[in-house]
Parts: sequence; C-alpha cells; structure tokens
Amino acid sequence: MSELAVGGISRAEPVRIAERGARIARQKVSDSAFRTSTFIAAVMVLVLLGGVLVSLIYGSWPALRTFGFTSFLTTEAWNPVTEKFGALAPVYGTIVTSIIAMAIGIPISLGIATFLTEFCPMWLRRPIGIAIELLAGIPSIIYGIWGLFVFAPFLQRNVQPFFIELFHGVPVLNNLFAGPPYGIGIFTAGLVLAIMVLPFITAITRDVYLTVPPVLKEAAYGIGCTSREVVRKVVLPYSRVGVIGGVMLGLGRALGETMAVTFVIGNAHRITPSLFAPGTTISASIANEFTEAEGELYTSSLIALGLILFIITFIVLAAARYMLMRIERRVG
Amino acid sequence: MTDKSLYAGRRRRDIIFRGLSIGATAFGLVWLALILGTLFWEGASGLNLAVFTEMTPPPGSAGGLLNAIVGSLILTGIGVAVGTPIGILAGTYMAEYGRRSRLTMVVRFINDILLSAPSIVVGLFVYEVMVVQMGHFSAWAGGVALAILVLPVVVRTTEDMLLLVPDSLREAASAIGMTRWVVIRGVTYRAARAGIVTGVLLAIARISGETAPLLFTALNNQFFSLDLNAPMASLPTIIFQFALSPYDDWQQLAWTGALIITLAVLTLNIVARVFSRSGSGQ
Repeated sequence: MSELAVGGISRAEPVRIAERGARIARQKVSDSAFRTSTFIAAVMVLVLLGGVLVSLIYGSWPALRTFGFTSFLTTEAWNPVTEKFGALAPVYGTIVTSIIAMAIGIPISLGIATFLTEFCPMWLRRPIGIAIELLAGIPSIIYGIWGLFVFAPFLQRNVQPFFIELFHGVPVLNNLFAGPPYGIGIFTAGLVLAIMVLPFITAITRDVYLTVPPVLKEAAYGIGCTSREVVRKVVLPYSRVGVIGGVMLGLGRALGETMAVTFVIGNAHRITPSLFAPGTTISASIANEFTEAEGELYTSSLIALGLILFIITFIVLAAARYMLMRIERRVG
Repeated sequence: MTDKSLYAGRRRRDIIFRGLSIGATAFGLVWLALILGTLFWEGASGLNLAVFTEMTPPPGSAGGLLNAIVGSLILTGIGVAVGTPIGILAGTYMAEYGRRSRLTMVVRFINDILLSAPSIVVGLFVYEVMVVQMGHFSAWAGGVALAILVLPVVVRTTEDMLLLVPDSLREAASAIGMTRWVVIRGVTYRAARAGIVTGVLLAIARISGETAPLLFTALNNQFFSLDLNAPMASLPTIIFQFALSPYDDWQQLAWTGALIITLAVLTLNIVARVFSRSGSGQ
C-alpha cells in the first residue's frame, strides 16, 4: 500500500523515489527507442523496393542510353560479339510461356478449388489441401531438374510427335506445332510453369470461394439448383474479383519464375512461330548469361532485361493485390 | 416432356461438371506424386554417407556434397539472422504502433508485392549494391539476397499473428502500468510466439531452395570454404551446375542434392504446420 502512496512517503524514502524516477526515465528511453526501431524497420521495407528499382535503372543505364528504351524493347538481335542487344526475344518467350501456363493452370486450379469447397468429403479436404500446398513448397529447381530429365524426354518421345502429326497440313496450327521435337523448348517450359502456378492459384481460389456466405449457396440449392449452377451463378459472381486476383498472382509467379524455366527452355535468343522450338525468357537469359557476360554493355543489357521484368511483374502483382484487398474489405 | 428434358440436361451438365472438377484434382495430385516419386527413385540410389562427408568431386570421380550442404546452411543462417529481426520489428510497427496509419497501408501493399517479386531481380539488386561495390562475389552478398526474401514472409506473418492477439490483453497490461514496449515484449510477443516462429520456419523453407538470387551473389565454389568474403557453394547452385553437365556422376549428385533439399523443405513445412496448430490450441 505504502509504495503506491507516493505523496505520503516522500519524506521517509527519498532515495527510493529518486530511483523510481530514474527507472521511469529509463523505461521512457527504451520505450521510444523500441518504437523508433520498429518504425525504421517498416520504412526499410519501402526503401528496399525503391532501392531495387533505382539500382536496376542505374545498372541498365549504359544499355538504355546506347540503344534507347523503345528500340531495346523491339529489337530481336542478341549478339555479344557485335555488342548488339535487344529484349524482344526474351520478352516474347516470357509472355508466351506465361500464356501457356495460364491457359492450362487456370481451369485446372478452378476445378480443384471447386472440388475442395463443393464436392470433397470433409475427411478428404485437409489431406488434399495439404498436398496441394506441398506442391507449392517444392523449390523451383526441383521442377527444373525433373523437367529436364523426365518430362522433356517424355514429351519428345510421346507428345510432340503426336501433335506435329495431328496438325500437319492444318493452316496456322501446323506452324505453331512444327517439328522437330526437341523435348526442351517454349512448350515444355509453359507446361512446367502450369504445374508450378497450379497450387498458388488453387490455394487463393479456395480461400476466396470460402468467403461466399453459406446462406447464398443454401438458398440456391434450396430452389433446386445443381452444383454446377450454384458455382457458376452464385459462387463465381460473388468471388470474381478475388479469383482474378489469385490468377494475377499466379501470373506474377509465372512471369518471374527462373530456375524451372532455365532448365527446359533451351536458351535460344530467337523468335520462332513453333512452340516446340527452343527459346528464352527474361529470367532464363539473366540466369544463364549474367556471370559469363563480358563488357559493360552486355551486363547492362541483362540488367535492363531485369528492369523490364521487374516493371511487368510489379504491375501484375499490384493489380492482383488491389483486387484481393477489395474482397478482403468486403469480408472484413 | 420439355420439362423432363430440361431437367435431364441440367443433371447431365452437373455430372460432367463434377467429373471435370474431380479430374482436375486428380491431375494436380498426379504431378505431385510423379515429381516426388521420380525424386525419391533417382535421388535415393545415390544417397550414402559419402554425400555428407566428402567434397564435390571433379568430373568423373566419386565424391559428396559436404561443402554445398555447409554453404547452404551458412547462407540460410545469414539470411535468417539478418532478415528475421527487421521483419519482426516492421511487423510490430504495423500491428502495434501504426495500425491505422498511412505508412502501414503502404508498407503492407509493398510487402505483399515483395512477397512474390521475382527472386532473380533481388539477385541483380544485391549484385549492384554489394558485389560491384566490394569488387568480388561473397557469401555475405548471397546471405543478404536471401535475407531480402525472408523479410516479406516474416513481416506478413508477424503482423497477422500480432493482430490476432486480443486488444483486451494489451489494455489489461497497460492498465497495471506497463509501458508500451514492455506490453509488446511481455504480452503480445508471448501470445503470438507460435505464429511468429511458424512464419520464420516457412521463410527458411522458402529460401533453402532458392537458386536464382545466389547465382551472381554467392556464386559457387568447388572447394570447402568458410570465408564469408569469398564465393561459397550452396546446394541449389551445385544442383544447377551438375544437372546441366554431361557427366553421369555429377548428374547423380544433382539428383541426390535435389532430394536432400526437398526433404528439408517438406520437413520444415510440416514442422511449421504442427507448430502453428499446437500454438493455436493453447
């Protein structure tokens, strides 16, 4: 009791009070020091992103000054000997592999998410959910080594000859699926990417599907809708923004994925109409060539590729986050 | 009559729809089984004691992965040691001090973008900032690149976990005269501990398989090295180098290394899962 009654003991124990004052002063210091350090750490996250952007612009400056941004972006040539560099082939490869990945990955992911939230028996939900998340946890280099030694030879032997035969003589398609079957190439890279983005899109779509109020679904089932109608007319319209956000997040992954693609794309700086031909992507070019690049212009051109990749993925990811934030706000 | 055919058509379409979604799930799981199956098949045959006790060999002779395993552990260690404290502090600011501030909103948005930003770009950044300035590749640069990948994961989970701690706990602690930072240290950190540790474990799982940011920061090293100012080997870069080589011995070691990494990552994921469940059950 007497310890709390400060006024009453001021004459009796002046030493203790002085000590207490010192302790409070110390606490004040440590309190504000802690607060400041958390603030600095939070600001560091921002500085980091700004630093990445600034350093990439700085590093790519020699190349951009020499070639000009637009002509760098629209030139196909990539010749270290004559020091002529253009980003068109890697950008083309990045976009085409991502389109293949999305074309296959999106329907499959939505199918899995639908199964997990609508049809799957309760006892099976958790194991399948965990299995899909494990698929997301496998490092990309594992997909790469598997793609190179197992998947590409399989495609070369069994799948690619079939497509080449099938579309032989069909206009447009015969160019798209032209031989010879190398195994590695843009098509294979797109397929490996599709397997990689699958768990990301599935996990988010499932979470977004679960935000649909059960009452809405029950009402639809109550008036006699089939599961397909409930998903298409109730679940999808309600969660559309979130699903698109998840898809964009997967796209961001596919655009920036490095190792899995580097193993199986063949690293050829050219644009060919055939999907079975070797190509390259932005990240694969950087991974393959950066340590061997000689001369300022070569290195700088590779960093300029990195800058382009960073800008593209930043836009895609920012759009994805914006959409996911909208659905979170609606739920919260 | 038309009513009946309409009903039958809806039913048929529903059955097809169910079939497709079950098929999609089977398709997804088949890949997981195929990849893990091949990995065990190819990797386990090369798994023996020498892998953990001998250095990476020159082409055409037997050897192990000791220098790569040690290198990976050191680089991961640096990444976690640098990234985790900053991440926890930043997450603390967002959940405790600036919960409704504009800065928190911006940091959250940027952090979520960093979370899935291409890791090779992080490698380029560290190359520009550290390797070029120091004049050589080094383990430090590799560790810092990994720290940048750890940071957003830890920020995200720390903020989420601290926000789950009920405010009444904080109010009770403040009411008995604790200063803010004593409240955070003694009450909220303690309540959110399991979740924060889970976040760190997931971050370790994420960086232990990362290759792209190490290629031109820590580079690679055929020899055993503990010098943090010199290039250092790591499992992923060794796998990259060995898998693309024409030598059978090297390719076998690449598979074995891939199996070791995958087992480590899957174990970390499962431990994190168990840990977060035991924490939330308290």
